[in-house]
Amino acid sequence: MSKPSDNKPSDSKRSGKTSGISRRTMLKGAAGFTGLATGSGAITGFPYVMSAEPKVLRYLGTGVNEGDLIGTQCLKDTGIKLEYITATTDDVTKRVITQPNSFDVLDTEYFSLKKLVPSGNILALDAKKIKEFDNITPVFTKGHLPNGKKIGDQGTAPWKVLYLEGKNSKVFSKTPTEFVTLIPTVYNADTLGIRPDLIKRPISSWAELLNPEFKGKASILNIPSIGIMDAAMVVEATGQYKYADKGNMTKAEIDLTMKLLTEAKKAGQFRAFWSDFNQSVNLMASGETVIQSMWSPAVTAVRKKGIPCVFQPLKEGYRSWATGFCVSKGVSGAKLDLAYEFVNWFLSGWAGAYLNRQGYYSAVLSTAQKSMEPYEWAYWMEGKPAEKDIKGPDGSLLEKAGTVRDGGSYDDRMGSVACWNAVMDENDYMVRKWNEFIAA
Amino acid sequence: MHQSSVRRNVVAWLQAGPMALVFLAFFLIPLLFVVIVSFWDYNDYEMLPIFSGRGYTDTFEGCLQQLPEFCTILRTYGSTLKFCFLVWSITLVIGFTVAYFLAFHVRSKSWQIGLSLLCTIPFWTSNVIRMIAWIPLLGRNGLVNKALVEAKIVNQPLEWLLFSEFSVVLAFVHLFTFFMVVPIFNSMIRIDKSLIEAAYDAGATGFQTLVNVIIPLSKPGIVIGSIFVITIVMGDFITIGVMGGQQIASAGKIIQTRLDAIQFPAAAANAVILLAATMMIIFSMTRLVDIRREL
Repeated sequence: MSKPSDNKPSDSKRSGKTSGISRRTMLKGAAGFTGLATGSGAITGFPYVMSAEPKVLRYLGTGVNEGDLIGTQCLKDTGIKLEYITATTDDVTKRVITQPNSFDVLDTEYFSLKKLVPSGNILALDAKKIKEFDNITPVFTKGHLPNGKKIGDQGTAPWKVLYLEGKNSKVFSKTPTEFVTLIPTVYNADTLGIRPDLIKRPISSWAELLNPEFKGKASILNIPSIGIMDAAMVVEATGQYKYADKGNMTKAEIDLTMKLLTEAKKAGQFRAFWSDFNQSVNLMASGETVIQSMWSPAVTAVRKKGIPCVFQPLKEGYRSWATGFCVSKGVSGAKLDLAYEFVNWFLSGWAGAYLNRQGYYSAVLSTAQKSMEPYEWAYWMEGKPAEKDIKGPDGSLLEKAGTVRDGGSYDDRMGSVACWNAVMDENDYMVRKWNEFIAA
Repeated sequence: MHQSSVRRNVVAWLQAGPMALVFLAFFLIPLLFVVIVSFWDYNDYEMLPIFSGRGYTDTFEGCLQQLPEFCTILRTYGSTLKFCFLVWSITLVIGFTVAYFLAFHVRSKSWQIGLSLLCTIPFWTSNVIRMIAWIPLLGRNGLVNKALVEAKIVNQPLEWLLFSEFSVVLAFVHLFTFFMVVPIFNSMIRIDKSLIEAAYDAGATGFQTLVNVIIPLSKPGIVIGSIFVITIVMGDFITIGVMGGQQIASAGKIIQTRLDAIQFPAAAANAVILLAATMMIIFSMTRLVDIRREL
């Protein structure tokens, strides 16, 4: 998923610079220096020389978890300097497969794992070394809410791809092991965004996306693997077909879904498609579209411009996604320890609170709660009206006191998840059909 | 005599050498790799170096069964060719007119240079920014629609102004007319003015002079400008994406979707097809005019 990823144009340059010095040469240099120094007897402070190695992690991800504030705070708390390499989800995946040595820590989505794990380019993390692992929300580990309610498991649900059979295995394990593909960090439930001022009536079903009433004013994402999931939600909502698994369609099901989308396109239903965060914000803010697939922070961005926009809960539920951390297969030794230190820091609360305040959810709720004010927790997580003005992580005003979050509480939103972003077995066929749909 | 011609030959090779090496290293060899990879097989996450025509057969999937309807790839190329033709003819007319004005109506050299520099001003910002600048102008609630509605020319905002074939062609013309102007202007200023006087003296009308003297002599410029415009439009997917609201297919977009899905051999196959199509167009244009002879 391409979350706001254009924020850091200089990252590729930065990463290019650092990849010139590999960890190995750094160590060699340090060791040589140590030998020389101890040999000459000038310096006895061996640990001092070791700690002179800068604590740097090259961090490849989509921008969801990459805030300058997170980087600053991490440096302050742990002394680890994060070098962000920001790209769209597709580009992150491409980079892992083609240049696995160009990053240390990987922040990516669970659905990409179906491509990444068989490629053998990522290293699973050891659950035993993750302090908060047992406190990670059961959404990831068991597929249900903390209150026990089951969550929809269609698509690439995180708990299906969370564990590996062994340290170097390329096969997902059905039962918990200590080898975790991605240590979860953040997730959310996506739905349609609407302009209530232009629609002027309640919207309650995914079917409305293809309602001819909104002809020429609807939009969908032009990211095949996510767009087709939204289309599948619509197909089921209109009662035309019920999928066994929306996230893993058969060829016939793909044909059926694309046929419906194509018919709508030919009838002029869509104003435009979007493929990045800013496009979706602009379409909605300018009134070109009144109903479209959208991400929660994009809705917030429209609202910040003073334009009414709702992240509309729908009766069929949400399409969810989740991301987490693992490391490149090239990482070992001291660098790997550093990666564990970083992941442990990330789950320790500050970063979780930061993400929660953006409207996402933190993987470890207990630590995030400790880092948030009670009124913030009540607004973001419990679905209660805001006692005070709600501010974003950067201190900007998001909502006035008294407002209630769209979709309500954590339990209401995550409890209504119908499916997860997915890579299908028939991905290749789906991509061809998607091209056909665009050409229609 | 013989020795000096050998020496001249060696010097010529040395002079051409660096460029030839750059061309070989950064163009021909990568291109060769693209062609090789286009015949590989692939799965979800890697390329398999096994000979396979799958990239091509998948691309032309259903082309025979769907006849007389066009399959995806043919429809895509059909629409790309349509854009090519529209953009080419509009930029040619505008570009020719501008070049004509600069070459024959502007008398002073310094004004000619000044005015042609003026044409380059839009190039001081990036393509994408110049494209995006159209969006608030053409949108449903954009400036143009507001003006039209307020002037009571239309009752409802015009929908086809933005995210349509119209907006794509408009952006292309806006972005690339200059590539027509420069080569045509370059050809025109080299036309001997006495030829025009001779035509005038022989009793030709302005139109006859244009058709029989100026256009034939501007041909190399026209062909070079056309090659610029056609190659750009054939390969473009950003302009078509942004101005067409991502709803219009282009050959470049197919390649991009394939790359995003890590289906590199299929992407390479599409790149080879695109290259072949573009080469065919350019080849037939150079058949019409022998640029080397005319230069």
